[in-house]
Amino acid sequence: MIGRSVRRLEDPRRLRGEGVYVDDVHLSGMLHATVVRSPHAHARLREIDAAAARAAPGVAAVFTAGDLMDALRPIPIRLVPDDRLLRYLQHPLAIDRVRYVGEPVALVVARSRAAAEDAAERVEVGFEPLPAATDAGSPPPAALFDYTPDNVASLIEEGFGDPDAAFARAHRIVRLTFRTGRHTAVPMETRGLVAAPDRGAAHGRGRLTIWGPTKVTHFNRGVLAAMLGWPEHRIRLVEPEVGGGFGARGEFYPEDFLVPCAALRLGRPVKWIEDRVEHLSAINHSREQCYELALALDPDGRFLGLRAEMTNDMGAYLRTHGTVVPGLSAGMLPGPYEMEAYRCRVRCVLTNKTPTGTYRAPGRFECNAARERLIDRAARVTGIDPVELRMRNLIRPERMPFARGTTILGEEVEYDSGDYPHALAEAASLSGFPSRVRGEAGDGEAPDGKAPDGKAPGGKEAGGRPAARYRSGWGLACFVEKTGTGPFEGARACLDRSGALVIATGAADLGQGLETCLAQIAGDALGVDHVGIIVRHGDTDLIPHGVGSFASRGTVMAGNAVHAAVSQLRTRLLERAAARLETEVSDLVIEADGVVRGAGGGSCTLADLAAEPGLETVHYFRCERMAYSHGVAVARVRVDTATGLVVPERIWLLYDVGRVVNPGLVAGQIEGGIAQGLGGALLEELRYDDAGQFLSGSFMDYLLPGTTDVPSIVHRDLGGSPSPRNPLGVKGAGEVGIAGIGGAIANAVADALGDAEGDSDRLPLTSERVWARARAMEAAGSPGSPRAPGAPAAGAGAAAPA
Amino acid sequence: MKPAPFAYRDPDTVDEVLALLAEHGDDAKLLAGGQSLGPMLNMRVVSPAVVVDLNRVKALAGRGGSASGGFVIGALVRQADLEDDPAFAAAQPLAAAALPFIAHRPIRNRGTVAGSLVHADPAAEWGGVVLALDARIEVRQAGGASPRTVAAEDFFTGILETAVEPDELLAEIRLPPWPEDARWGFREFARRRGDFALAGVACRFEVDGAGGGRSVRIGLFGVGDTAVRARRAEAVLEGETPGPEVFAAAAAAVQDEVEPLDDGHASAGYRRHLAGVLVEDALADAWARNGGDEGEAA
Amino acid sequence: MSDAVSELRDVEVTVNGTVRRERVEPRLTLADFLRHTLGLTGTHVGCEHGVCGCCTVRLDGAAVRSCILFAVQAHGRRIETVEGLADGESLHPLQEAFSDHGALQCGFCTPGFLMTAIEFLDRYPDPDEEAVRDALSGSLCRCTGYQSIVAAVLDAARRLRQGG
Repeated sequence: MIGRSVRRLEDPRRLRGEGVYVDDVHLSGMLHATVVRSPHAHARLREIDAAAARAAPGVAAVFTAGDLMDALRPIPIRLVPDDRLLRYLQHPLAIDRVRYVGEPVALVVARSRAAAEDAAERVEVGFEPLPAATDAGSPPPAALFDYTPDNVASLIEEGFGDPDAAFARAHRIVRLTFRTGRHTAVPMETRGLVAAPDRGAAHGRGRLTIWGPTKVTHFNRGVLAAMLGWPEHRIRLVEPEVGGGFGARGEFYPEDFLVPCAALRLGRPVKWIEDRVEHLSAINHSREQCYELALALDPDGRFLGLRAEMTNDMGAYLRTHGTVVPGLSAGMLPGPYEMEAYRCRVRCVLTNKTPTGTYRAPGRFECNAARERLIDRAARVTGIDPVELRMRNLIRPERMPFARGTTILGEEVEYDSGDYPHALAEAASLSGFPSRVRGEAGDGEAPDGKAPDGKAPGGKEAGGRPAARYRSGWGLACFVEKTGTGPFEGARACLDRSGALVIATGAADLGQGLETCLAQIAGDALGVDHVGIIVRHGDTDLIPHGVGSFASRGTVMAGNAVHAAVSQLRTRLLERAAARLETEVSDLVIEADGVVRGAGGGSCTLADLAAEPGLETVHYFRCERMAYSHGVAVARVRVDTATGLVVPERIWLLYDVGRVVNPGLVAGQIEGGIAQGLGGALLEELRYDDAGQFLSGSFMDYLLPGTTDVPSIVHRDLGGSPSPRNPLGVKGAGEVGIAGIGGAIANAVADALGDAEGDSDRLPLTSERVWARARAMEAAGSPGSPRAPGAPAAGAGAAAPA
Repeated sequence: MKPAPFAYRDPDTVDEVLALLAEHGDDAKLLAGGQSLGPMLNMRVVSPAVVVDLNRVKALAGRGGSASGGFVIGALVRQADLEDDPAFAAAQPLAAAALPFIAHRPIRNRGTVAGSLVHADPAAEWGGVVLALDARIEVRQAGGASPRTVAAEDFFTGILETAVEPDELLAEIRLPPWPEDARWGFREFARRRGDFALAGVACRFEVDGAGGGRSVRIGLFGVGDTAVRARRAEAVLEGETPGPEVFAAAAAAVQDEVEPLDDGHASAGYRRHLAGVLVEDALADAWARNGGDEGEAA
Repeated sequence: MSDAVSELRDVEVTVNGTVRRERVEPRLTLADFLRHTLGLTGTHVGCEHGVCGCCTVRLDGAAVRSCILFAVQAHGRRIETVEGLADGESLHPLQEAFSDHGALQCGFCTPGFLMTAIEFLDRYPDPDEEAVRDALSGSLCRCTGYQSIVAAVLDAARRLRQGG
């Protein structure tokens, strides 16, 4: 059962269009809400005149901060709370100042969404614009919070060893500035909520039910209860079918308070469905980081020390993730490599842009890309083949478990298992990664961008021939992924009266196939076929405690909880069957179809056994130590130097995620993650102008990869390192696909164009940036590619403007 | 993202359409394919009081060869109608080559040629095509006045602005007969398939008896307020023997003459550069193409 | 904006073979009409500006974006939605192929992909991979990375050519 690519149990309803997503929930008497948002990046909020809106046809209510003042509380940090950060939290409605385009200033509720939007146009808001801070890397023209003039919300220091000593001994020091652009997760379904109060709920009687939450429903119930001053048991959060999450969806956002609050005040169900335009400026952004890196190497190319100064653009407030994302970068930047010393200092800077949070492989997509670019540059400077340079520095399997010396999410990083050199060797072999062994480079600090002459990889021309318009490039990136974040997840298992095994868990399904995965694990534990096992999730009434689905934890945490709960149930039902069949437990077999047979020929069905109550178990699996997956991403690209277009021609991904429950589901995570990574590496960027106006408010402006932007993907499960930290030996796979793509693509483009300080050290590598880079190298008279110097070919020559 | 309320009219005849336009003027919007208007209505970028739907006016749905050998495209002809029409590909290879670049099939199933032209997005493919083909555009208005015909080069007047007045209807597009042995090229650069181009070019020329280029037309899109003819680049090739050097000179001329815009998608300098690259490539495609009736899309 | 509540219009459409008559506001999109007036919530709405493809349905056979069409425009026409694909208990071969290849995860974009692909396969029963990728290039999926979708459509083409 475990280890098979079975068809997903979720598929039939989703293929038939029968899945019920939040906008498919329709309740009698339901009203519809829309949010009035700030058009300004930074402004004082004066009077709000909602009289005309309230008088508009079909309007039930307009709520401003003034109307809700007694109820407005800041939205708390979910992960790694820190009292020093409390003063940067966001309230559900702006009170006296707006700090980003899209910040909620009022909620309009009407008989239809269209009527609500009609009325929202009549809400008159007095804004007094202020200068906007939009660049986390330069002195701010304005303070977002008067008590923090430099907009630095927090500083993070991370590291181990003695970097001064390491750098003092360095044979070479290689430097890199690397930026990642602002991205967001973009689940295909926007967010949405339907909040339905019982009669009398506003008066302390009955409950409030909310459809639409996901990811962390139990936590969000607690937040809402605290904001409303209610006991948690009066609130039920229900996860419907969910159209993707990727880290951004399901956190507690302003609307998660506003919509239930409006429903309570009006005593009627209220639906709010985020539209795509507001989604792009309302849901968490992520990824906007800038690294200044220095790597110290010894004469053999061994890493002595790594220094990093990083700036993380946090946006206008700290949301539920606090400073977790830059913290993850700082803790994971050293990656899978040995080094004596490491020091990272992070500035978490507030700007007048949408607040930020996690997006698939948060902090690691970025830091992996920066580190792997740095290593490729070091390879060029030292003349050591990039695969060989990595080989010399990867942590060897005999060093496992490996204490990294850093801390993430309040936990010391200790890699549990894995053969990193093997993964790299396999990746180089499978992809045919071209060798780049060169002659010895000169001593001392080699100037960037000047590589020794050598044989061109990938069949490119050697020196002396005209540079081709189209150039190919190869890049790779090694990475370690943290997965299976604790502290616990629970599962209840029972046989219903029909004999069906019913599982309930606090984990969430955001589309990844949790139901199938847990059914396979449950079937394995009980010894029956997974088809027919019912997995329920994401409803706070199902189980008293739940943590949720994030950080690649579903299979690890919920999977082990399910396995333990069902194993206990099996023991209990076998005892019951033994009594019934008058035999010993050891003589019993449960067959795949659910018939229990004794050695003496007697049998009973699970339904027979379930006729009497008592076949119910609960298990909470606790794990204080994360499991670490790892892998290698390889990219081969073709660059059109005349237009700057980068075409990824093929991607390889080799990974080890421990024991695999369903290879097909893992493949889906890998391929989907790779596509998102390509989006972030080449296409996607949330842009603002200098005044803080948002420029990426539609799918015409924020470019997601489509079928023709994602090439053929080759991936392989290396297996080999089950996690010793949980009974099933599983590790998370959800973020493994994306984690190395930024680095692989950045390295491939640098390989194609040549590696100097410049724009290619910035994601996404838009065609314009790549073109500018190619042009700058030609204009400087330096070879566009160090292996293909000379004048541009005739075909491209006239293309270069004077 | 729901449209503001509007009244809906779906007349059956051109006269009724014109009467409604005369009555409502600026307050009315014509709806053909709706692939540009629909998003603008949903986003409330436009909020017309009246939407006049052309889709029931059968007289506007005609297409086909004209008596003079040209090709006539009625206001309701959809991109996919032409894409699937072998007669169109045979008669108008350049325009046919541009069709697959226009958005995606579900958009082309609905979107019309006339709607694309009258919406006048400067990056729309049809702008460059009608300029390269010397197309003529028939416009009708209420009051019995005879239709007026606008030359393609007079059609675009600004960003999202054309020579069609609010009380007028773009009734049909007339593509002149395809000159025998004309060479053509079509190139565009977009970051993803189906996106509006950052720059694009449709070009056509003939070769005179002395081997020089003649009747050179280079229609550019995406590199300014409107689709434009690259007149200086045309002049470079006119009378000259086609070849790589002339094409490079034409590309340089294009980069001199275009006035692209800076926007969120690309800088003016990058668009200017792309215009040159694309013109050079498109002219080379045209030259490499033997005749004009058998090529694939660029 | 206009203060006048626009007059309602009668709409009669044949949806998945069944005639439906409703009275609607002209501004009601076809997507919202299918979903909220007729209760056919299998058609999803992902962007409301015609880019993502989630809302794709067939109108008189042609795959179209229902979020940028109005219900009033569908009067007298024939519509097919994802709910009409399966034949009772039997999934359509395209749906079967999607499940076999892992071509869906969250399922939100899936109806749009199915309706786009089925129209394409009607026109091109024996496509190659490049043609499939081109035909689906106007639909966005954030979960799968597309490789499985492309494989499923190619496999479905084979199954359909062999008589389903």
